Amino acid sequence: MDATLTIIEPFVGQMGGSISALRAIMAECGWIDDHAIDTVAEQFNLSRAEVKGIVSFYSDFRVEPPPARLIQVCQAEACQARGAQRLTTALELEAGITLDARDPTGTLELKSVHCLGLCAHGPAAWEGDTLYVGLSDTDAGALIGSTCEGYSIQDVGKLDVEPPEWLADQERLIFRRMGNADPLDLEAYCEAGGFQYADLPSETILREIRESGLRGRGGAGFPASIKWDTVAAEPSQTKYLVCNADEGDSGTFADRLIMEQDPYLLLEGMALAARAVGASQGYIYLRSEYPRAALILREAISRWRARPELSQTLSIELFIGAGAYICGEETSLLESLEGKRGLIRAKPPLPAKEGLMGQPTLVHNVLTLCSVPWIVRQGGASYASFGEGASTGTMPFQLSGNVRHGGIIEIPFGLPLRALIERYGGGTLSGRPIGAIQVGGPLGAYLLPEAFDTPLTYEAMQAIGAGIGHGGIVVFDDQVDLVERARAAFEFCAIESCGKCTPCRLGATRGEELLKAIQRDGISEDRIRLLDDLCDVMERASLCQLGGMTPIPVRSALRPAIAAFESDNEVQGR
Amino acid sequence: MRLADHDLGTPKGGGERVSLVINGQRVEAQSGDSILRAALEADIPIPKLCSTDSLEAFGSCRMCLVEVDGRKNPVSSCTEPVSEGLVVRTETQDLAQLRRGVMELYISDHPLDCLTCSANGDCELQDVAGQVGLREVRYQAVSSHTQEAKDESNPYFTYDPSKCIVCSRCVRACEDIQGTFALTIEGRGFQSRVKTGADQFFDSDCVSCGACVQACPTATLMENTVIEQGVPDRSVLTTCAYCGVGCSFKAEVKGDQVVRMVPHKDGLANEGHSCVKGRFAWGYAQHQDRITEPMVRESVNEPWRTVSWDTAIDFAAQRLKTVRERYGPQSIGGITSSRCTNEEVWVVQKMIRAAFGNNNVDTCARVCHSPTGYGLKQTFGTSAGTQHFESVSQADVILVIGANPTDAHPVFAARMKKRLRAGASLIVVDPRRIDLVRSPHVEAAHHLALTPGTNVAMMNAFAHVVVTEGLVDEAFVRARCDIPSFKEWLLFASSPTNAPEAIATQVGVDAETIRAAAREYARADRAAIYYGLGVTEHSQGSSMVMAMANLAMATGNIGRAGVGVNPLRGQNNVQGSCDMGSFPHELSGYRSITDDAVRALFDDDWGVTLHHEPGFRIPNMLDAACDGLFKGIYIQGEDIAQSDPNTQHVESALSQMDCVIVQDLFLNETAKFAHVFLPGTSFLEKDGTFTNAERRINRVRPVMAPKTGMAEWEVTQALSTALGYPMAYQSASEIMTEVARLTPTFSGVSFELLDEVGSVQWPCNSDAPNGTPVMHEHEFVRGKGMFILTEYQPTEERANRKFPLLLTTGRMLSQYNVGAQTRRTENIRWLEEDVLEIHEADAETRGIQSGDWVAIRSRMGEISLRAKVSDAVAEGVVYTTFHHPMTGTNVITTDLSDWATNCPEYKVTAVEVTPANHRSPWQQRFAERHSEQIELLPSD
Repeated sequence: MDATLTIIEPFVGQMGGSISALRAIMAECGWIDDHAIDTVAEQFNLSRAEVKGIVSFYSDFRVEPPPARLIQVCQAEACQARGAQRLTTALELEAGITLDARDPTGTLELKSVHCLGLCAHGPAAWEGDTLYVGLSDTDAGALIGSTCEGYSIQDVGKLDVEPPEWLADQERLIFRRMGNADPLDLEAYCEAGGFQYADLPSETILREIRESGLRGRGGAGFPASIKWDTVAAEPSQTKYLVCNADEGDSGTFADRLIMEQDPYLLLEGMALAARAVGASQGYIYLRSEYPRAALILREAISRWRARPELSQTLSIELFIGAGAYICGEETSLLESLEGKRGLIRAKPPLPAKEGLMGQPTLVHNVLTLCSVPWIVRQGGASYASFGEGASTGTMPFQLSGNVRHGGIIEIPFGLPLRALIERYGGGTLSGRPIGAIQVGGPLGAYLLPEAFDTPLTYEAMQAIGAGIGHGGIVVFDDQVDLVERARAAFEFCAIESCGKCTPCRLGATRGEELLKAIQRDGISEDRIRLLDDLCDVMERASLCQLGGMTPIPVRSALRPAIAAFESDNEVQGR
Repeated sequence: MRLADHDLGTPKGGGERVSLVINGQRVEAQSGDSILRAALEADIPIPKLCSTDSLEAFGSCRMCLVEVDGRKNPVSSCTEPVSEGLVVRTETQDLAQLRRGVMELYISDHPLDCLTCSANGDCELQDVAGQVGLREVRYQAVSSHTQEAKDESNPYFTYDPSKCIVCSRCVRACEDIQGTFALTIEGRGFQSRVKTGADQFFDSDCVSCGACVQACPTATLMENTVIEQGVPDRSVLTTCAYCGVGCSFKAEVKGDQVVRMVPHKDGLANEGHSCVKGRFAWGYAQHQDRITEPMVRESVNEPWRTVSWDTAIDFAAQRLKTVRERYGPQSIGGITSSRCTNEEVWVVQKMIRAAFGNNNVDTCARVCHSPTGYGLKQTFGTSAGTQHFESVSQADVILVIGANPTDAHPVFAARMKKRLRAGASLIVVDPRRIDLVRSPHVEAAHHLALTPGTNVAMMNAFAHVVVTEGLVDEAFVRARCDIPSFKEWLLFASSPTNAPEAIATQVGVDAETIRAAAREYARADRAAIYYGLGVTEHSQGSSMVMAMANLAMATGNIGRAGVGVNPLRGQNNVQGSCDMGSFPHELSGYRSITDDAVRALFDDDWGVTLHHEPGFRIPNMLDAACDGLFKGIYIQGEDIAQSDPNTQHVESALSQMDCVIVQDLFLNETAKFAHVFLPGTSFLEKDGTFTNAERRINRVRPVMAPKTGMAEWEVTQALSTALGYPMAYQSASEIMTEVARLTPTFSGVSFELLDEVGSVQWPCNSDAPNGTPVMHEHEFVRGKGMFILTEYQPTEERANRKFPLLLTTGRMLSQYNVGAQTRRTENIRWLEEDVLEIHEADAETRGIQSGDWVAIRSRMGEISLRAKVSDAVAEGVVYTTFHHPMTGTNVITTDLSDWATNCPEYKVTAVEVTPANHRSPWQQRFAERHSEQIELLPSD
């Protein structure tokens, strides 16, 4: 039989099978040639154009032969705060090639990747089965010469470290087992109280969630119970539960850690959610940049499946994405899970009413679902007793960037930002004063020192034009080039835009060009006005939050430069 | 009429009435409508680019943003449904600024060449830029797409990516409307580009239906004729003259030149969709081969003489009279054309009956759907399909038998595929793996690839499964059908000889598959049969039609939307030409010529005494000609020397006639045997009506005056008058008035009504003043549905050692019938010659490879053509088309025909295929005759 056919066959008839098949071809052959495209089209009954459309959407796919070696170097904010740019330049010099340049005759390629979830230990890189952390420009020679020490993605055991002292004093509701248990030991998980409540009536679970005040931890902070109640009330026979594990935000890694260290917690959360809303099929949409989490989840699902008394009411499949930040947006994720280009869908209809394959679908982030077992066990009211106001419960903040101690800090909402950095982070790594803090991922605001006393609640952050997002906190010292950060924000949007809506498709590129002009020729009144108009259009006219929120880091990062320009002008004008 | 359609942005919602407030004005809408549609329907303008009412809302351009009370941010009005009490503002300063900002981004990546652009004046981007008041573009664009190269590979349209605004309307139209999925967006973000999946359009899956061009709001996808000639200035609503779908088009015209044909949104047959033929392949009307002046000659070996109309009519009349005097009243006759209007056909059949003085009139439906007429009349009581096209959108199971809709009825196929994508189940009964069996997003649940000629056995097996597995809809049968005939049929169908297991070997499909397919059909809530010439063109064609009708009645699949027995008729007006009384045994409305009362009606109206016996059918005429008894024929728009079976017999018959009169656009194969050539008019010059496969009577309106100086009905009228039976119609409309007066099913039809309502489906009379979309709703036309026994009789044409393969014939998307029209357009680029499809195993044992010349020999004759090794045909079956006269496909088809109607058995010919290195003797003779006859044309 045709070798390509053999690779593809297991995925025919699977949800999103076309993407999984293309991933398998990439894994096997290193690239996707015309024959592979035709074979996928034939097997999945798609047109050739559609398959090419899919292939060209995801950055993991390539349509030319691969180099002998491919090193992916993280370019996202947290790694940037720790010297990723210097590392990249050193690598380019050492190898004599340019980042992201494709050379068909070359033996080595350097490819940018936006976040491997190793933010607390950046700069990070990835080659083959090995992940590298804590790199600096002096490691360039070793990395190119294959003598650098990394760790294997196959290493799926328990974290062999006691949580350091500076990470103590947390309220770990979600991360309580992290580092204390073998992640794949299902017996131990059950003995510790896991999967004991799987036969609760749907109404009870719904009520506890309602009382907990749990809000979606993916970024939007939308009250979970509204989604749950909506899906539960839909009369459809087929309903889906989808776990959004496409943790693409730079500076965030809580999903990765919980999936690697306590995968059954996620499965239990999904089982309870599925039970509550009446779904019998669940999917975990995991980003491809988390190879170790994939291995662990796959094994965990298989062990859990082998225990029908735990898993009989829900089937869970693991789906691996193919390199697209936008697929962390729930409608784009659903498109991708259906095996298509990850274009944003207009809402309405809401996924809770018409989601995966047009059926009612509960889509939640990993942390949201991982909060569920504790809530159901201890009661929604207990959960709501943590936090402040409408920001109930705990949030695993992820501290990274230019800090001495990065990591997970799970605490109730409400601690001021400065307190969090001081108590847990131990100041900057460089020893210089903090210059800016980006809260909430690449689309989060750059907060300047005057805002550091803001309490970490949804409401307080919103009041200063910022957001908690997925809880990523990236620290920069006072050497930060904020104009460059603004340019990088547009660049990120341009790279990751799905291309559907005009403000994002064209606006991000024009924005980056405009910032480059400012970097080159300086700021001017016309440029400020154009930038402001562009930000308005993106913010208010974009189809989704990628285009809609890109102005947040841009505007916040440019505030000092614009203020300086305006005060200069005022001085001159006088 | 106005050029640009009023576009309402998104499809009709269709729910209950809701009212909302837009800009302080109370607006009524239907639930499911978008805010955009509600506003546009109320004449409140909202700028838009990515939405168009033929496609579901997409929400990408962000032009149609509006403010809604209670919503923080503006919402795209195309994706936001209306709801009761909604308060909407469409014009605020904030919205104006956002829209201008979005437009500024668009124009930052768009060439500033409006004045020289082919879409200047017909461009939505230009319009909306004006609407939102964009005055400057401040971006200093570094990256842009404005230098991208054009793709001019398609003969009919150009893709200019430099003008693309990535609204995806083309991609969505290809997917949602046409269902081909030939287009996609490649890349993401700023790099998003419209691509075909191949290097260029021509090499892609694109079927050139034009939906993308139609959907494009800019000049990115533009008809080459518009690029060359500029934007048209007026349009005329008319009907396509290709297949029996009968699509409505706006002929967009500049002066009297057609610039483009645009499918009409309000045309109910096609609802704004088109195919490569109707949309683009109309250039034949201006082709240099077209003959526009009458010609006569004494004998077929003499040069043609161009003469005046008077001379030609006199010449023709004299000849016909002479023949009649010498050989008797039955020695002359005529053939009406399914490509002509109802009015043109009416006067031809009237002339034959009243002026020729006999009933020797037949029509090309003889060789295609005559068994449909017969079979459906016997069982249901009328000779036509039961449904309207839209009905397929409600079918749960679709059974396609002996039809290839994606090639032959593409616009209907697009509807069908849409329904299939939405979840209906498909069963295909066809020897060939047609595209519907499996193509992107469509897959048949069952493909019964039966041996050619075994249809009736297959249908009887379906019936057996239905009656023996308790799947009869007893309530329906009891209420609606003739019980004695049902009981007989029950006995017949349940006979073990009709069991799937008994016939499996014969039909070449295993019994379990047959059972599964039959169950699926019978168990569906709504199951619909669609069929084509693969049903009718057999020696048991009429039996097969009745077998399907029996099955539909037994399962209760008649008289509602989503069900029915539906012929997909081949030619644009084949339904109409039959309706008009073109058959030798029937007057209009399928009333027997032997019925004294009916005849009396006509005698009275026409002032003649009609002959009371049926006249000759086409094969009778040809046989009689060979016997020296039939000597004169008038053939309107029909090329029997290419299209009818056993070409050598047809040629021999024509050669022996003294007076062959051909009325056509071109010197076709039959005209090479003619003495009088009367130039015909193309559909662009006609005034009248066509009736499509769903009985829909559509108006054909002239875009230009007849190039010949005379409408075809005027020519026929002049000939009739010269023969001594004067006719004096002043207009086509007057002819339709006569049709309505004399035909009960048409009594409500008039040009006035059609011009007012667009189209109607007959019966249209006092019982059904607005026509009849679905027939037999409360009772069958004949009263009770009649079951008729359909015993399977294998055809005499059988494969044996000498002729081991079975040839079956059909057509390809780009070509139409004998190709006289499509070969004279750029469509020729998709099929430069007919090829023979042969299965790999059969090819291998004969040492044949794709591209080789092969000889194909039957008991009738031999031709040569190129082979194409293909897995679309089963082992033992070969397939070809008959689009090119030089191929001579019908040289090898046989004289066998349907027992009831003489419809030829084109679909089964036993043949042998061998490698060849030269053209066949017939083909060599054909080439010689062709050049001789071309030489005889006036040099001009």
